[in-house]
Amino acid sequence: MVLPDSPAASGSDASSTDIPGMSAAETDGDMPVPVVAAPELSNSLGEYIRAWGKRIRSGESGVLPVLGGLILLVIFFQAKDSVFLSAGNVVNLLVQGSVFVMLGMAEIWVLVLGEIDLSVGYVAGIGGTVAAIMSTTHNLPWWVAVIIAMLTTAAIGAVWGTLVIRLRLPSFVVTLAGLLGMEGVLLYLVNANGTGGTIRITDNVLLDVTAGNLSPVAGWILMVATVAVFAAVTILRDRHRRVSGLVAPPLAVTLLKVGVMAAAGVALVLICNTDRGVLVPLRGVPYVVLVVLFFLAVWTFLLSRTRFGRYLYAIGNNAEAARRAGISLGWNRLWAFTLTGLTAGAAGIVYASRLGSISNNIDGGTLVLYAVASAVIGGASLFGGRGKMVYALLGGLVIATIYNGMGLIGLAASYQYMVTALVLLAAVTIDSLARRGRTSS
Amino acid sequence: MSLATGQGGAVGPGAEGQPLLSLRGLSKNFGPVQALSDVDLDIPPGQITALVGDNGAGKSTLIKSIAGIWAPSAGQISWEGRPVSIRTPKEADHLGIATVYQDLALCDNLDIVQNIFLGHEALSHRLLDETRMELTAKKTLADLSVTTVSSVRQPVGSLSGGQRQSVAVARAVMRDARLVIMDEPTAALGVSQTGQVLELIRTLGQRGIAVIVISHNLNDVFSVADRLAVLYLGRMVSSGPIADYDPQRAVELITTGRVSGDQPTAPESGAVADGRV
Repeated sequence: MVLPDSPAASGSDASSTDIPGMSAAETDGDMPVPVVAAPELSNSLGEYIRAWGKRIRSGESGVLPVLGGLILLVIFFQAKDSVFLSAGNVVNLLVQGSVFVMLGMAEIWVLVLGEIDLSVGYVAGIGGTVAAIMSTTHNLPWWVAVIIAMLTTAAIGAVWGTLVIRLRLPSFVVTLAGLLGMEGVLLYLVNANGTGGTIRITDNVLLDVTAGNLSPVAGWILMVATVAVFAAVTILRDRHRRVSGLVAPPLAVTLLKVGVMAAAGVALVLICNTDRGVLVPLRGVPYVVLVVLFFLAVWTFLLSRTRFGRYLYAIGNNAEAARRAGISLGWNRLWAFTLTGLTAGAAGIVYASRLGSISNNIDGGTLVLYAVASAVIGGASLFGGRGKMVYALLGGLVIATIYNGMGLIGLAASYQYMVTALVLLAAVTIDSLARRGRTSS
Repeated sequence: MSLATGQGGAVGPGAEGQPLLSLRGLSKNFGPVQALSDVDLDIPPGQITALVGDNGAGKSTLIKSIAGIWAPSAGQISWEGRPVSIRTPKEADHLGIATVYQDLALCDNLDIVQNIFLGHEALSHRLLDETRMELTAKKTLADLSVTTVSSVRQPVGSLSGGQRQSVAVARAVMRDARLVIMDEPTAALGVSQTGQVLELIRTLGQRGIAVIVISHNLNDVFSVADRLAVLYLGRMVSSGPIADYDPQRAVELITTGRVSGDQPTAPESGAVADGRV
């Protein structure tokens, strides 16, 4: 209690307490507070680059570390074995990586909330199994099988969400039980099918998700269309901001981004369109790339352009603030868990398609660890409030690159696990150091 | 020494006409504990009322009753002369009562615009209308004369204490609040930051918004408030225009619930030292 006799006594007393979470430097009003402008907010190129540098130094490095790491890994493996960037191997890597990326995107929904879902590996297995049973055993059309499988896994996610929200149980424990329980359900379903512990996928569409390819021309059209849509959306949005009197990134930066994206797209399509067949010609971008890009686009849109997405970030950072702002915590969290289940189901179908079958010895435990690792390596925070779908894409590609590259240069699985562990640790360390830099700046 | 008269009529300077909010006989007990007893208070529009009192005097209970966190056990709340019951924060929000709590309730990972509009986002075609929100947020901050923020797109986590306070107040003003309740807005702030926040409170008053500010710092109170209300052990022992008080009297009222000159008329604790004696 400050009850000064003279006016001069007040300020020093008042500043002696500290707001939790704020450093002394921030609460002290005598110093101008260093202000980090987001890079989107500078009109000229030089200003933009300066703001960007400031942001990186203050720990808001975004996707740069993981992107740099991915490029280094690619260079390393290519130097070790020139087969690495060959058409056959790149396509193989994309197909392997698609499962990690999809599972990572599933995990992002709950990570943004500050929750976790340890069951996504086996829930994905259930998704693949249900799709296999529906299409192979019951002879249903592929799309009916896919819908039933994804509704099933979405329902499983909703059950976890309900338990977490209604009973206020920690999601770690609920989904740990889910991991065990779903392994049991998976065993039961596969064994009850009576086909010797394996259900083969016979539907051609389901197999083609990972085995089929776009025609070379379609690959080019798709790539150009994707880049053009990205460029158009970005440039139109920036122009709308400028017309409204707000600052937008300089055109040069946008063009640079589009250019990098186009270059990556051209390289990808060029490699994929090279003949990689052994006996018969085989070329084109695998369909699974489309599936991944579809989920990436729709989920990114949901997270960044809708109230629902905004609320997930708010709840993940400060649930009490969100509640006081009138946001329904339960409803939004339930949807996030449901979307995790849905995405995991889709990942499971991709997985089953790649294997050509689903068996009772799927290692859902390792899959979930790769899922969390993908998201975290990409830059998502386990403490909630931070994460984007594109993080899962980059993190999943890093894991797939290690997995694929180590196999290629002939190192055993033991090394793959150890190196993946090191990369995960490195990612978390970079994040943690960046965070420390942020609070002490 | 003339005592404050404020209780019934609210006849302070500039307070002519109807009070925006008036409390009559407001009581709140938690089981056997009487947190508030028979509190009367008038809040005129466009004036800054400082609510002071020692720890446990019932300041928080009082503002929580107004903000709809707790229903009072007895008494009447009137808003612009109409009797109202404020049972939930939503109902308070609906009337135009906004509360800025000490912890500010901001999301550090969201930027200023996102925080100001949290829970009330502007939409176009069911999607977030970022341009409209950013323009409105900039205008609101400019109206509040908040000039220290370089970009409304920086995360709130990177702001100083005073700036965070400004964001929380802007959020209240944005939603057309007519009464802003601030709980210890200057606690934990340095000298110049405190100055910024006091300036912000004055700006609110100039814009015709009534402010109730809880403070332990009497310098802040005397530099910014138009009216003073003193709680002592759950009773409103004095209220009235700030001109009727000086810091020494205020301290006496806060610590003893009475003014030394009136001792003969004051019975034991919770003594009344207002116009009704």
